[in-house]
Amino acid sequence: MTKEEALVERDGMQIDGGGPESRQVRAGPAGFNADYLKIYYGKLFPCADIYKWLSYGNDGKHPACDHSYFGRREFSFTLENDIYVRFQSFNNANEMENAIKEKCPFKIDFGPVYSVDPAKRHAYAQAGNNVFTPVERELIFDIDMSDYDDVRYCCSGADVCLDCWPLMTIAIKVLDSALRDDFGFNHILWVYSGRRGVHCWVCDARARRLSNEQRASIADYFRVYKGGENNSKKVTLTGPVLHPFLARTYTDVLRGFFEEKLLCSQKLLESEERCQKILELIPDESIAAEILDRWQGNRRSSISKEDVNKARWEQLKHILQTGKQKAQGLRRCVEEIIFSYTYPRLDMEVSKHMNHLLKAPFCVHPKTGRVCVPIDPDNCDDFDPTTVPTLSELFEELNMSGMRAESENEWERTSLGKSIRFFRSSFLHPLLKSCKEEMESSYSAKLQQSRNSLSW
Amino acid sequence: MEIVRSQRKPVADGPPNLSLYRSAPPLEVRLEDFELYAIDRLRVLKGISDGLSRGKKPEEMEKMVSELWRANMRHQDASEVMNKDIISHFVLRLVYCRTEDLRKWFLSMETTLFRYRFRLESPESQRMLMAEFQLPYKALSNAEFESVKDKLGQVARSIGQPSNAETIFFKVPFEEVPELVASRRVFLLKGYAYVAMNQVVSLVVTQFRSNLSKALVLTNRKWTSTIREQEKERLTPIVEALSNSYLGPDYSQPKEFAEICLKDIDQLASNSFPLCMRHLFGKLREDHHLKHGGRMQLGLFLKGVGLKLDDALALWKMEFSQKIGTERFDKEYAYNIRHNYGKEGKRTDYIPYSCQKIISSTPGVGDHHGCPYRHFSEENLRAALGKMGVGGHALDDVMDKVRNRHYQLACTLTFEAIHAASCDTGINHPNQYFSQSQKILKSRFQPTT
Repeated sequence: MTKEEALVERDGMQIDGGGPESRQVRAGPAGFNADYLKIYYGKLFPCADIYKWLSYGNDGKHPACDHSYFGRREFSFTLENDIYVRFQSFNNANEMENAIKEKCPFKIDFGPVYSVDPAKRHAYAQAGNNVFTPVERELIFDIDMSDYDDVRYCCSGADVCLDCWPLMTIAIKVLDSALRDDFGFNHILWVYSGRRGVHCWVCDARARRLSNEQRASIADYFRVYKGGENNSKKVTLTGPVLHPFLARTYTDVLRGFFEEKLLCSQKLLESEERCQKILELIPDESIAAEILDRWQGNRRSSISKEDVNKARWEQLKHILQTGKQKAQGLRRCVEEIIFSYTYPRLDMEVSKHMNHLLKAPFCVHPKTGRVCVPIDPDNCDDFDPTTVPTLSELFEELNMSGMRAESENEWERTSLGKSIRFFRSSFLHPLLKSCKEEMESSYSAKLQQSRNSLSW
Repeated sequence: MEIVRSQRKPVADGPPNLSLYRSAPPLEVRLEDFELYAIDRLRVLKGISDGLSRGKKPEEMEKMVSELWRANMRHQDASEVMNKDIISHFVLRLVYCRTEDLRKWFLSMETTLFRYRFRLESPESQRMLMAEFQLPYKALSNAEFESVKDKLGQVARSIGQPSNAETIFFKVPFEEVPELVASRRVFLLKGYAYVAMNQVVSLVVTQFRSNLSKALVLTNRKWTSTIREQEKERLTPIVEALSNSYLGPDYSQPKEFAEICLKDIDQLASNSFPLCMRHLFGKLREDHHLKHGGRMQLGLFLKGVGLKLDDALALWKMEFSQKIGTERFDKEYAYNIRHNYGKEGKRTDYIPYSCQKIISSTPGVGDHHGCPYRHFSEENLRAALGKMGVGGHALDDVMDKVRNRHYQLACTLTFEAIHAASCDTGINHPNQYFSQSQKILKSRFQPTT
């Protein structure tokens, strides 16, 4: 029997065994329609909270409040027939709420805060140089499951299931801890994008004021995975040791997820093709051949009780990491493989520029009907995209309890209530508290300064 | 007090040779000097720009910058050297303050120049320059150093530097050292970057860059409000000529081969497109799709070689509709193509990407854009070059340039191998590759296609 056949035979057995069907978030209509959406915007969409958030304390009575602040934010609507309306702005919560209810956009995006009201940008265009320019913007990240198609075998493209979702969980854990511990940010909002990914909004004042260059530097700090369709090795780790951020990421998150979850759930070493793909990441061909040899020997040593993926992985590690392989590049290989299969893949362009638009939290995804709910990074292991409330479920819940008196917060009666409560308690309230503190301290500093300048 | 140092001792203790260009010099300048000094400095900046686009390593850049400086910025009168530096800088500020693109280029080149000149200064004068910038950072205290010592050592080892207990560290907001953050060459903790003494050049450069950036905006304001009009007869013509003559053509308007037809495009692609564009064009034909970065890089190139908007729309539609249907194409993609041609949105007529821009792009998952010499794996690049008909010795030469990160030289060698003609200017722009190729092909005996 040839080597190839040995591998194939083994695979056949495994695949026949089959696993339980996993639930999928299918891309496709799921009770999404414009009438439901109208009701959603009317009764459930937390307009007031969004207004509070994007005002960052400037809607108060404090003398340091900048009352033009909210009005300089760009909103962009995507209407029912894919008409894209950019550069909308609203002066207050009412205007925003009315526009949303009236136009019933399929998608709402938030853009940056500009130097002047974006709706009036043309009036300033004549004035000449760059009067209309973005001045503040949350630091944002966009991670999309379709960028992981080469390392997940359960679904592809827009589909996600509980077998591949851990890749998103990894991304949340890695970025969240580094944004807090390394960069010192505190006000971070994670949101399910409604179908196949997650968005991150970093809202600290310091983050909102970053220049494009500084944003790019943060994105690059996180960039390990170098894509490009024509580059076969996507992760190259250099240097005798890893940077503390990478080392921590590896030991705290990646290794565990790879070995405990993805290795088996994605059956990463089951078929010949998949094995070959991992062997390609080993630069030394003779070592790769040695590993392949060992794997093909598996058949005889009846390890059938143990998962084949795990067994093969242990063999690979053993060969690469035992004393014989003095060459540093090869020892690093195990890490490179794990990084290749687990490390977050960011859409760099989104994070690098202030003027990128990003879909608003609590929008409803038109293809899945699911609400873009916040994700708690501290409990992101428990997040299940297949149980996120859909428009039609919410509609039903509203109907079921419709008999009761109309309360102010109708969302309390639906499964969206949990998400809105979390949004407030974990994100909005702490954020507004620190906005207020910052406003007061910068105001008193300014007063002090002007006093000093008067007392000359 | 002004001390002018002799040129024969470029690196010496004492006051630095490096100016921070805080304010325009109160000097009288002869009109010829005004222009000549500026041209000399431009030669330096242009050399730096070429070096960057060839992907030169820091050590190579350092050597090149110091040679360029010595070759162009000398003055027979030693006391004039410092003045020449300052005057030429301020003249070019005027020249390059006038549009966003000019400012960006100047800012980037001057900052690079400053960086390498700073590195050549003695530690003593480096410290003096730091003081001149009034950077408010204090060295890390002993107690603080102890608490992060292990991590600092880990970072040093990760970038292949010996960790040295004697090194002084500064704790600065991470925003101040973007380049160190981007390449993970510093330890970050709670928003602070721990910068080693041998990395302070980054701090100083950030400061230099931000000062110059602000100054350029101010200069521009002054230029448009008063100087341009006041100097209409004298300086304005010089200033306007200077920026045009040395930036090279922008290829936004096809000139020599005014138009190309859709029916010829496959032929042209295989004869005269550089590899990056051949690859994108091939993928477009094969997959009937390209992601955003690819659409921009190829679309603007095609515009530059003279594909009219209507033909461009027809081409993209013909391909994309096979995959996503005409309706989705019209809805989602047609806008962007018109946008590239300046027919939508800001109505800017976008300029085709230069090699420098393409080389520095960062293709992600599913992307085909970028520079093949830089972004392809060796295997894929060999295969692609083979398909173009580059083999044997020529192929080895190309791969050799690639390994040394001379991507544009690799492209130039490819050009020479395919056309069996020399290309002395080197390839700096895909559209230049195209027009030179056409020039050669048209000058030859050729059967019409």
